[in-house]
Amino acid sequence: MEDFVMSKKKSWLDTNTYHHSDFWDLLKLIKAKEEKGLKISLCIPTLNEEKTIGKEIVIFKSELMKRYPLLDEIAVIDSGSSDKTLEIAASYGADTYLSKDILPSQGFKPGKGENLWKAIYQLTGDIIVYVDADIKNIHPRFVYGLVAPLIYDEKIKYVKAFYDRPLAFSQGIRPSGGGRVTEILIRPLFAMFYPELASIIQPLSGEYAVRREVLQDIPFPIGYGVETSHILDVYRKWGMSAFAQTDLDQRIHRNQSTIALGKMSFGILQSFFKRLEMDGSIDQLPELNKIYKHFQAQESKYTLVEHKIQEEERPPMSTIQEYREKYSL
Amino acid sequence: MANPLNQQLLKAVSYKDKIKEMREILLANLVMISEIPAPTFGEERRVQFILDRFTESDLDDMSRDESGNAIGLIRGTEGEKTILLAAHVDTVFDDTVDHSVRITSSQIVGPGVADNSLGCAVMLTVPNVLKHIGLKLKSDVILVGVTKGLGRGDLTGIRFFLDNFNKPIDHGIMIEGAELGRLSFSSLGMLRGEITCKIPDEYDWTEFNSSGAINLLNEIISLMQAIPMPTKPKTTITFGAVHAGKSYNKIPTSGSLRFEIRSESAEMIESLNHQLEEIVDEVSSKFQTEVNLEIVSRRTPGGIGFSHPLTKIARRTMESLGVNPIISPSVGELSALIDKKIPGVTMGITHAISLHTNEEGVKLEPIFAGVAQLIGVLEAIDGGLCDE
Repeated sequence: MEDFVMSKKKSWLDTNTYHHSDFWDLLKLIKAKEEKGLKISLCIPTLNEEKTIGKEIVIFKSELMKRYPLLDEIAVIDSGSSDKTLEIAASYGADTYLSKDILPSQGFKPGKGENLWKAIYQLTGDIIVYVDADIKNIHPRFVYGLVAPLIYDEKIKYVKAFYDRPLAFSQGIRPSGGGRVTEILIRPLFAMFYPELASIIQPLSGEYAVRREVLQDIPFPIGYGVETSHILDVYRKWGMSAFAQTDLDQRIHRNQSTIALGKMSFGILQSFFKRLEMDGSIDQLPELNKIYKHFQAQESKYTLVEHKIQEEERPPMSTIQEYREKYSL
Repeated sequence: MANPLNQQLLKAVSYKDKIKEMREILLANLVMISEIPAPTFGEERRVQFILDRFTESDLDDMSRDESGNAIGLIRGTEGEKTILLAAHVDTVFDDTVDHSVRITSSQIVGPGVADNSLGCAVMLTVPNVLKHIGLKLKSDVILVGVTKGLGRGDLTGIRFFLDNFNKPIDHGIMIEGAELGRLSFSSLGMLRGEITCKIPDEYDWTEFNSSGAINLLNEIISLMQAIPMPTKPKTTITFGAVHAGKSYNKIPTSGSLRFEIRSESAEMIESLNHQLEEIVDEVSSKFQTEVNLEIVSRRTPGGIGFSHPLTKIARRTMESLGVNPIISPSVGELSALIDKKIPGVTMGITHAISLHTNEEGVKLEPIFAGVAQLIGVLEAIDGGLCDE
C-alpha cells in the first residue's frame, strides 16, 4: 500500500536549486569572482579518456580561461592511463599529473576518489570544481553552472550537478531522478536514514564544485563511495544549507552495464554503513564482507564471479602534514 | 624589397605564429559550431550561435536577414570600402546524424567539420584574430554566415544578401574549410537538374515491348551520352543519381535521374539545356509517358582572371606561407559574386580527411597558415593592393 504525498516543505529545493541559465552572464560572474578575490581550479580525474579529454580541455580553456577568465587552473589528474589521455590533455595546455606523483609519501591507491583527494593538495584554488572526462556534449555550463552559486552565496559550500529536471510536461508531472543506482539504492537509503537528503536530485553525479575549507575536512573513499560519502559528511557537519544543486540540462556519456552498477552499489553500501555506524544509527554491525559475487551464464552453465571491492578511505586532507605545511594550517 | 607588396607578404607570414596563440578559441568555435546540425534549409540554430558569438566579439552591428543569413559588421576606420568575408553555414548532413566531434592532438573529426564548419568557425573568429594581432582596417568588413547554399538551396542565401545589402560590396572572400591551397577566382557554368518519368496507370504494356521506367531512363541516358562534349571549352556531364524500382520482377512505373553539366562556356550550357529539352520531348512522345525536366540550379561562367591583382596577391600570399596554390573554378557562393561583377576569391583553410562521411576530419596544424593567408589577403585588399 503506498500513498503519494507531495511535501509542502520544499524550501531548500526552492531556494538552493538552480538552472545553469541563471548564470548566463559570465561578465557579471567574473566581476563577482574578482571582487571576492577567489581562485578557482578545475580538476578532471581521468583513466583512459583519450576520446573525450581533448574536447573538454579546448572548450574550457577557450571559453573559461581565455575569453572569460573564470578558471585559474585546469588540471588533469590521471590514475595511470595506457592511452594518450595525458598527451592530448597536455597538448591543449592542461596541467597534467599522475596521481601517484602527488604526495608520494602517502602512496598511491587506484581509484577516482584518490585523484580527487590528491587534487586538494596539488591544486591551489579556493574552489575546486570536479568534472568527469567522459562527457560527450561538453559545454562551459558544466563549470560555470556549478561554481556560480559558490561565488554569489557565501553560505553555500558544495554544489552538485543534476541533469534531469522535474518539469510539467504533457502527461502531467514527470517523475525525475538520477540513474538506476540512485533510484533503487541511494534514494531509498536516504529516505530511510537522512530524509532531508532526498531533495538532492542526483547525489551520484560526478560533477560538483566545493570550497577548499570543506574539501580539506572530509575523508575520501577512493572508489565508488566518494560521492555518497561526501554528501553524508557535508550534511552531518554543515547541514542542508551548505548544499546547492544546478540543472545542467543533458549530459551524454557512456552507459554502464548492470553488472558494473552492482559493483558500484556494493562499494557505496560499504561507505554508507560505515557512516551509519559512526552516527550510532546502526548497532552491532557485523564485519562487512568485501567480496561481491555475481553470475555469468554460458548456455546452461552458470559460473559465480567474485570481485574484491574494498572501499578504502583517505583521511581528511587537513590531517596530512605536507598539506598543513603547504597551506600553513 | 621595400615595395608595399613585399611588405604585405612579410606581414602575412608574421601573422601565422600570432594566430597560433588563438588556437583554443578557434578550435572551441569549431567544436561548438560543428555540434550544431545545419542541413540546408535548417540552419537556424547554427546561425543563432554565430550571432551570439558576434555579440560576444562586440561587433558594431549584427542581424539576421530575411533569408536567415547571419550578418556582422566590423567597422573600419574610414569605411569607404566594404569587404565581404563569407562562409556557407549549411552542411550535407541532416539533423538525425550524431554531430558530436572528437579531438585528437592533430585532428578534429566529425560530420561536416571540414565542409563547412571550419569555414564558419574561421569567419566568426576573424574579429578576435584582428584584435589579437592588432590589425585595424580602414574598410568595413562584413561577415556573413550564408544559408541555403548547397543542393536545392542553390545559393539562395548569398544571392538574397547581395541583392539586398544596403552598401555596395567592393571585394569578397569566400571561406571553405578545405582544401588549403584552394584558390578559386572564376566560376564554371553549371546546370543541375532532375529528369523524372511517370508511366500512366492505364499504360498498355504489350504495345511497345517495354519494361517500364528503368528502360525509359536508360534511353534518356543513352541519348545524353550521345551528345558530343567538346574539350574546348571544357564541358562535362555527370550522372549523379538514378532512382527507380523496388524488386526483381515488378515493373517500375516511375523513376528519376539527377545530373550536372559543367562548362567553361555559357553558350555551351545554353545549347545543352536546349538539347536536353529535346531529348525529354522525344522520349516522352515516343513512349507516350510523362517525362519532365526540372532545372534545380544554374550558374553562369565568369570571374576575374589569373592576372587580376586580387588573384595575384592571393597566390603570392599563399606561396610566402609555403602553401601551394591549387587553381580551381567554383560552383559555390563565388558564382553569386561573379554574377554581380564583384571581384572575389574562394580560399580553403586546411587539409580534410574523408570529406562528406561521418568520419570527416580536419588537420589542425595547417589551419594557422590557412587563417594567415586569409588575413594577409584581407589586409592587402584593405590597403588597395588588389584594385585593378
